[in-house]
Amino acid sequence: MSRLDINKTYKLYIGGKFPRTESGRYYTINNSDGSLIANMCLASRKDFRNAVVVARKAQNAWANASALNKGQILYRIAEILEGRKEQFITELIVQGETKKAAQKEVEAAIDRLVYYAGWSDKYPQFFSAVNPVSSSHFNFSTLEPVGVVSIITPEEQSLLGLVSVIAPAIVGGNTVVVLASESKPLTAISFAEVLNSSDVPGGVVNILTGNKTELISHMASHMDVNAIVYCGKDENALKEISELASNNVKRTIFYKKSDWENNLCESPYFIEKTQEVKTTWHPTEI
Amino acid sequence: MAKNNNNNIFKASWTYDEAPESIDHIQIKEQYDLYIDGKFTKPIKGKYFDTINPSNGEKIANIAEASSEDVDKAVKAARKAFKGWAALSGKERGKYIFRIARLIQERAREFAVIESLDGGKPIRESRDIDIPLAANHFFYYAGWADKLEYAFPNRDPKPLGVVGQIIPWNFPLLMAAWKLAPALATGNTVVLKPAETTSLTALKLAEIIHESGIPKGVVNIVTGAGETGASIVNHSDVNKIAFTGSTGVGKYIQKATAGTNKKLTLELGGKGANIIFEDASIDQAVEGIVNAIFFNQGHVCCAGSRLFIQESVADLVIEKLKRRMETLIVGNPLDKNTDIGAINSKKQLKTIENYIKIGINEGGEIYQPECKFPTQGNWCAPTLFLNVSQSHRIVQEEIFGPVLAVQTFRTIDEVIEKANNTPYGLSAGVWTEKGSKIFHLTQKLNAGVIWGNTFNKFDATSPFGGYKESGFGREGGLHGLKPYVKFE
Amino acid sequence: MFPNLDKLPVYDNTGVNERVQRFCTRSIKKSSKTAGLKLALSMIDLTTLEGKDTKGKVQQLCYKAMHPHDSLKNIPTVAAICVYPSYVGVAKKALQGSNIQVASVATAFPSGQSALDVKLSDTKFAVDQGADEIDMVISRGEFLAGNYQFVFDEIAAVKEVCGKAHLKVILETGELDTLENVRKASEIAMYAGADFIKTSTGKIQPAATMPVTYVMLDAIKDFYLKTGKMIGMKPAGGISTSKIALQYLVMLNEVLGEKWMNNNYFRFGASSLANDVLMQLVKAETGVYQSINYFSKD
Repeated sequence: MSRLDINKTYKLYIGGKFPRTESGRYYTINNSDGSLIANMCLASRKDFRNAVVVARKAQNAWANASALNKGQILYRIAEILEGRKEQFITELIVQGETKKAAQKEVEAAIDRLVYYAGWSDKYPQFFSAVNPVSSSHFNFSTLEPVGVVSIITPEEQSLLGLVSVIAPAIVGGNTVVVLASESKPLTAISFAEVLNSSDVPGGVVNILTGNKTELISHMASHMDVNAIVYCGKDENALKEISELASNNVKRTIFYKKSDWENNLCESPYFIEKTQEVKTTWHPTEI
Repeated sequence: MAKNNNNNIFKASWTYDEAPESIDHIQIKEQYDLYIDGKFTKPIKGKYFDTINPSNGEKIANIAEASSEDVDKAVKAARKAFKGWAALSGKERGKYIFRIARLIQERAREFAVIESLDGGKPIRESRDIDIPLAANHFFYYAGWADKLEYAFPNRDPKPLGVVGQIIPWNFPLLMAAWKLAPALATGNTVVLKPAETTSLTALKLAEIIHESGIPKGVVNIVTGAGETGASIVNHSDVNKIAFTGSTGVGKYIQKATAGTNKKLTLELGGKGANIIFEDASIDQAVEGIVNAIFFNQGHVCCAGSRLFIQESVADLVIEKLKRRMETLIVGNPLDKNTDIGAINSKKQLKTIENYIKIGINEGGEIYQPECKFPTQGNWCAPTLFLNVSQSHRIVQEEIFGPVLAVQTFRTIDEVIEKANNTPYGLSAGVWTEKGSKIFHLTQKLNAGVIWGNTFNKFDATSPFGGYKESGFGREGGLHGLKPYVKFE
Repeated sequence: MFPNLDKLPVYDNTGVNERVQRFCTRSIKKSSKTAGLKLALSMIDLTTLEGKDTKGKVQQLCYKAMHPHDSLKNIPTVAAICVYPSYVGVAKKALQGSNIQVASVATAFPSGQSALDVKLSDTKFAVDQGADEIDMVISRGEFLAGNYQFVFDEIAAVKEVCGKAHLKVILETGELDTLENVRKASEIAMYAGADFIKTSTGKIQPAATMPVTYVMLDAIKDFYLKTGKMIGMKPAGGISTSKIALQYLVMLNEVLGEKWMNNNYFRFGASSLANDVLMQLVKAETGVYQSINYFSKD
């Protein structure tokens, strides 16, 4: 007996909810034979703006969550992802990966989450310093999240790439607004479902699907975004982002790498990229 | 209760005779050329500009104006020197930098006098703060040169190449030290441009660098104004730009370097909040306010230019502050008793005076103690603006002068919100005797440097730099190495 | 009236030292230096407080007080001489005809460890002998144990016995541990009736320091603002050179100002300072660096 499949509707993920784009627009993802895989939301600049608002609102509380708590939440994401492994493998295959590559990518993504979960209460120790100043002051430098971060994720390795750039940003207390791989967006939205059932507070990670060319300028120019991460090699995009980032002296982080499976793609230095150094002085003589 | 609103109630009666620092042993040439490729070189176009003593308007010397051709020469020299310098062992590199530190210490008094002559800052500050800190900075980073693998565990730090550095006029030698020391320690070669109103100590530093025997081309110092700076920023063979200056120019540089592979660090403007709680040590807080805003005539990017006083002690603090301001001595920068020297340039004085006008027009209540200014030169009295609010321009914009905007607050949340309500994020100060309140505030304030129960302290080991529009990257300390290395 | 000790200002040495450094970097030259040195000389309480003091020693000191250095014209005498009660009579007689005050330590100096009536009769004896000023010590043990009322009452009782004599209250700051305690003890002394507050006996190290004196000047300032009453200040011990004395005067000048810049409101408790000031004054006049051999010890 054949049974009609229930097709999944892919929506945006903003503030812990799954709204459709306010614009009502969509774009199609097709198989190599041209048949429809899914209709994706074509997010608008207003969707992006709304996402920034919720990301800003969520940032303080997320930054103030204990390091242990953030670590456990990242670990929880890994757990849920592990439980839905098959779904992600299937989606990656639909998007054109081989079964072997898909399996490898999902497993690497899970491991990467576990890796960063473990850093949550260690990277501050690694990057902090007590500075031996000459005057009678106690002086120390610690890291603080830069704030709200726009992320344009890698076009390829749509799950692993996404996880590899989101995890170091959020483990460091930032909230993010993410633009998924334009050509392979399915796993990004499924990953949002994982996030949503993993105790990640609404607004910490917001995921949009849509057109890069359309959204990049807004992601780079928004005055309430503190940093922008761009994965890719498009020289025009790099230039445009840098130029617009100067509006509010936004930090720019560019990743030109193409293989996110490599072990060099995980280190505390990725966390540091979306951190500020704060130095505090206080007298020591009574 | 003896109520007396007279700020002169404790007026000093003993006036100190002039105590000018001797300038007899100071050597200043009539003309200074560019330092390129280990030689003092005349500018290709032969143009020179005057450097002026801001305390009397007199010309001190001719300074070469570097054209884009001169900058190109300097960059080429730096490029040529890079391979050898980067290949030198860290130990040897470090020794040159140690030498520079020592040579500055040996000639400290000369540097201090020239800094005050050329820039207008009180000799007490150039002698006790600028020059020793500059020497310490070289000493600190010299020691890093052969230990870089410990600064970046699990990585292999490499120098960037040729670094273009553009520095401001408020701490001329110190900013040169902040820029040069970490760049050299990490194996980069440098083209540095001092600000056009304060070139002299950088050129004196060039003499010292020359004496240190450092290989030619490793450090090149080119003088000039904005155009010279732009030539450095836009030069295609520069790998990194490090800039300290206004946020406006910083944004321009960020834009100009877009799409190039130049790395960038920016140390820009600020509008630091200085917060006084009712449980603070009030007298020490008053002293902190004075340090925060009147240090170096307020020409300090991290100045505490927004004062927030808790309402229950506002009258008391303001009364004490006014009285303290009466004892500040404004005048000859070379006099050892001067607390506030000359405004760095006519242009800056105009800017400050304009802001004072704006403050008055916006309805702020101005207070200035009586000051006797010398007849010549650029002077501005220490100034308070009372009864202002977040929406006043003098509260929002960086004035870069001895002008303090005073606001009051009632609750902790309120003051945190107001303090963070600015595009800047360089510095902040908190005054309270309650430990948990200090930590609460220092965590909540969005700024790169937070002073608890103190203000405007600097040290070679202490990272300095801003959040938000105050720039990115750190200078000083372990964190100050990172902007000058790359990882393969 | 017992002071409210709950809301006193607090201090940290990092901040106070920084402030003090600003006074110390003032450069005092030429006529302002001469004026400062003369002022310092006029503020000295020339002191001898030794077990081996004798009538002869005290008489020599008194002569020195009246004739600091006869070859220098237009210089003031010191403000007072300061001795143990047993030599008040001797000093009073030796200083006859001069304006120099006789100050006496009292109240079981220097430790203050005795019964109140012993302290009061000690004071009364000195006053009866003709002392113009009484330098009492507070009970530091009671203070540190938190018995502030006890300390207050003792000072008030001594003040009563002093009658017309001015009362200087020695806090012995070297035993008070913190700047907050110095401030607290200053408040108690001023409210209990002190005319002067004084840092030290000279028998305990550290004696007077600029940070401690700064805190006491700050207390005097606030007391004046609250009550309108001017209290004097006397740092004592360790101020042995003109340079240090001028730094104290700069601090006085910039903290309390004009009204306090005289010996009615400021004294130096010192034994060797006078000669150093005199050497500097002679140097200023002649341009030649001086030797102590040309200045009489007593």
